Amino acid sequence: MKKLAVLASLAIGLCVMALPARALDDPSEMLPNPTQEKRAEAIGAQLRCLVCQNESIEDSSASLARDLRHVVRQHVAAGESNQQIMAWMTQRYGEFIRLKPRLAASTLLLWAMPVLALALGGILATLMLRRPRKTEPLDDQEKKRLAELLREQEITR
Amino acid sequence: MTISTRRRLLMTLPVAGAGLAGFGCWRMLSAMQDGSFDPHAIRRDKGDALIPDFALPGLSGPDDGFDAAALSQNAKPVLVNFFASWCIPCVAEMAALREIARQIPLWGIAYKDKPEDARRFITRDGSPYERVALDRSGMTAIDWGVSGVPESFLIVPGGRIAWHGASALDETLFRREILPLANATP
Repeated sequence: MKKLAVLASLAIGLCVMALPARALDDPSEMLPNPTQEKRAEAIGAQLRCLVCQNESIEDSSASLARDLRHVVRQHVAAGESNQQIMAWMTQRYGEFIRLKPRLAASTLLLWAMPVLALALGGILATLMLRRPRKTEPLDDQEKKRLAELLREQEITR
Repeated sequence: MTISTRRRLLMTLPVAGAGLAGFGCWRMLSAMQDGSFDPHAIRRDKGDALIPDFALPGLSGPDDGFDAAALSQNAKPVLVNFFASWCIPCVAEMAALREIARQIPLWGIAYKDKPEDARRFITRDGSPYERVALDRSGMTAIDWGVSGVPESFLIVPGGRIAWHGASALDETLFRREILPLANATP
């Protein structure tokens, strides 16, 4: 009987350990509505954890990230749109909290850079390809010198 | 255009481009060194940001904390400092805070701290704070845009945030950035 109890508690322990590892430290933090939870995860993936700055708050285990995940879920549950939640976050933490920079006057160069680099490369390539390959015809003196050189080679052979 | 001028021009272009890029990098790096440019800075729109609405208890009970109304009703600028007893930079900041508190009212908000730990921490060498509130959940700090302690805010009458710094304060920083702003308020 005692053995059975030990086995049962072991089994329960294993089941708990086998629960899928999620970003949320506490599964009770998850929103009950799966669509809302998905939305909250998508928003969190766009927000930079300000402690470990190259991770999203969904990926980070910093305590600030945990708090921010909680805040995002609160706002999602309150029925706010993604834009409203991002605006709430940038109002407090600045544009830096966006992992993907917004298209604005200050980020125009950043976003335009691939196109600019491609255009510059294209222009350089056309300039190089269009460069005339024609060589100047030899003048009389040069023809003579060439003939001499060829003759010298014949002789040495 | 003769061949040689064209060749010279083609030589100048990449040299000028590299020179420009070098100048740009130098400008950026020197600005990063003197602190006027920080790519990781947590910027907020300056000038019109108001403090968020909040009400926090104090270290000994709900009566000795403060709220947004108390903070914005001040007749003079107040420096608000988020701190925690578990935060090493906050320990290092304390000496400077005691100096600063002689020149401007300093209000403290203990971030994610136990009241007894926070009380022991600030009273150990004499508290620099005029008033202290406790943000146990850290949710008020998020509303303020705090990403980690210590952080400080200059609040001018009316509840406007005139300055926000996400690092430990010292005398130099206080004199250079905060004091001119505090003195500028009527």
